[in-house]
Amino acid sequence: MYDAPSLEKNVDQKATKIAAKDVQVYYGDTHAIKDVSVDLLANTVTAFIGPSGCGKSTFLRCLNRMNDTIDICRVQGDIRLDGEDIYDKRVDPVQLRAKVGMVFQKPNPFPKSIYDNVAYGPRIHGLARGKSELDEIVESALRRAALWGEVKDRLDAPGTGLSGGQQQRLCIARAVATAPEVLLMDEPCSALDPIATAQVEELIDELRENFSVVIVTHSMQQAARVSQKTAFFHLGNLVEYGDTTQIFTNPIDPRTESYITGRIG
Amino acid sequence: MPVLWLFLVVLALTGSGFFIGRQRALASAKGDSRNLHSRLPYYGTHAAISVIVPSLLVMAIWLFVQPLVVSSAAEAVLPQALLTADASAGLLMAEVHRVGAELVDQGVTGPLAALVPAGTTAELIPAIELYVANTHTGHLWMSIAVILVALVMGGLALRPINAEFRARNTVERTIMALLIAAASLAILTTVGIVLSMLFETINFFGLHSWTDFFFGTTWAPNFRGDSDLSILPLLWGTLYISLIALIVAVPTGLFAAVYLSEYAGPKTRAFAKPLLEILAGIPTIVYGLFALLTVGPMLTTLFSAGGLLGVDWMKGATSVLTAGVVMGIMLIPFVSSLSDDIINAVPQSMRDGSLGLGATHSETIRQVVIPAALPGIVGAILLAASRAIGETMIVVMGAGALAKFSLNPLESMTTITTRIVSQLTGDGDFSSPETLVAFALGLSLFVLTLGLNVLALFIVRKYREQYE
Ligand SMILES: Nc1ncnc2c1ncn2[C@@H]1O[C@H](COP(=O)(O)OP(=O)(O)O)[C@@H](O)[C@H]1O
Ligand SMILES: [Mg+2]
Repeated sequence: MYDAPSLEKNVDQKATKIAAKDVQVYYGDTHAIKDVSVDLLANTVTAFIGPSGCGKSTFLRCLNRMNDTIDICRVQGDIRLDGEDIYDKRVDPVQLRAKVGMVFQKPNPFPKSIYDNVAYGPRIHGLARGKSELDEIVESALRRAALWGEVKDRLDAPGTGLSGGQQQRLCIARAVATAPEVLLMDEPCSALDPIATAQVEELIDELRENFSVVIVTHSMQQAARVSQKTAFFHLGNLVEYGDTTQIFTNPIDPRTESYITGRIG
Repeated sequence: MPVLWLFLVVLALTGSGFFIGRQRALASAKGDSRNLHSRLPYYGTHAAISVIVPSLLVMAIWLFVQPLVVSSAAEAVLPQALLTADASAGLLMAEVHRVGAELVDQGVTGPLAALVPAGTTAELIPAIELYVANTHTGHLWMSIAVILVALVMGGLALRPINAEFRARNTVERTIMALLIAAASLAILTTVGIVLSMLFETINFFGLHSWTDFFFGTTWAPNFRGDSDLSILPLLWGTLYISLIALIVAVPTGLFAAVYLSEYAGPKTRAFAKPLLEILAGIPTIVYGLFALLTVGPMLTTLFSAGGLLGVDWMKGATSVLTAGVVMGIMLIPFVSSLSDDIINAVPQSMRDGSLGLGATHSETIRQVVIPAALPGIVGAILLAASRAIGETMIVVMGAGALAKFSLNPLESMTTITTRIVSQLTGDGDFSSPETLVAFALGLSLFVLTLGLNVLALFIVRKYREQYE
């Protein structure tokens, strides 16, 4: 699929949103990501799978420069968002993060009201011109996160008072409200029960219409259910990257096969 | 020295108890410690605790009660002639105690007439003799009682020891009892302090009208018996100085804490944080000297008549501002150290969440970290406030001693704590309202700071619930 097929033949062909080339990440002396090159597509859900400690989170955090907040972390290589080098000196990581939103493993609502949680990003970036516009942004973000019905009568209640699943959907709403182009999710369901997980997965599928979504997951079933592309990491290397159906039915690399059949943990 | 020897004997018995307990358990388990219910040391510990705790308890009680008994016996034989003449029983007994204790220390027994040091009142010798004899007998009986208790309790503890004996459970229970005893001691002392102040306060209100104390406007103690003793001017001074101290300490301390916890690198932190904590341990009298020698004169050169600013706002050398500023400096490390711990307790995930949305570092701190830490910070500020209210030395040296209502921070004022000191030191009669007012002031201060501390604890506790 990298050989530029003509558009007529492949109407599903998506543009590359993020292109990473020869990325290396070091934590002090630890070489955590080795030579990773990958093209993440627009309007696609990409799953990162692999055993614990293989560098999935680390690579994900390179994509919005969250690794800048860790003192000992060094990133080398070339990562481009829409063709623009995000590690260029002229790029402000703060602006980048507004374009590349992130949802974390543990729900981390701010100790503020539900409304203020969602309005946080829009306020910081000045996305709304008035109170009514902000209200609209908050409502639509909460609707997209499938949370509006449950919280519309208590927008002033603290976000920390919601259940775990609701908190995670609130965090997704918070990320969506900032109107990012890419949404990074680091094991967003690992702290959730099966019902909440199903809701979040449904949500991810809908988000694909407007965003590129990258999701780190430990559950192979989840990767198979929600993603169109899958990348398998092992010991800091990107072992295999391809269509999800191909990775799960017909993996090329023996390590991928061992992992998805449960032989590497 | 019998007390020291007795203590060593008890320790020796405790040690033997430990080993015998161990041996008995091991023997009953046929030498294999895996057959025991609890691990081996627990059996020894059980026996040791049974020996040492009751015997030391008996010893402590005995040492407390014996002097009372001995003194009252000696007091009974004081010669009546002397009593009525020029000295009170208390003074005579003081001499009996002094000479008697000296003789007891020398180990003297039997008739003493020859051994009594020169200068002792001759008529007191029978009382001293009785004192010495009784003390010796008392110590002898104490030794017997303590050793007996040690042996009996040790024996009782050793008897049931066998492989099935649940030594661990009994040891755990005893340890818990010891901990409870320590906690109750602390609480009982507090209750005792409050009660003693309460009684004196009640005495005070018997002599002085409570409306004047709480609602009067003048503080002017004198010895003619018509003093104005109102707490309000003192309370005003206290709150005013504390307010200035907090205005200095809270922003500075808070900013220092934010810098230390959010911006400083690990090296700066490792160096600055202990330094701040050392500052927090400097005795307040040193800060008082700073107020007296540096800040006070500096303010005088600025604000007094003929000063650098050419204004005449400051009349004396001392002022509320001096004391407030220096007290604020004293509180900076206190506030910053507490706030730093609280800010560090805000989970990193909270910061990540904010940074991940594209917020800058300072936006994250202002809008997420500080609000999340706010209840804890408020608690820290209230603790600082109660320290400011209770501070004495800096006020004495910086603020002067005039009790008055004034808004001018460059005037002298005084506070509750310093008035307590000045009312209790000096020649005042201990039953006059001028002295007793100190207890009423003390109790008011106690209630004030207690209220602040309770509020602080309440807020801090509420804050803790958020992340656990
Ligand atoms: N903050 C950090 N400091 C030092 N080493 C880290 C840090 N975060 C991750 N690592 C190391 O980097 C490697 C990859 O970690 P991570 O990206 O968290 O793996 P994954 O998310 O796939 O479980 C691990 O070996 C881990 O020990
Ligand atoms: Mg991870």
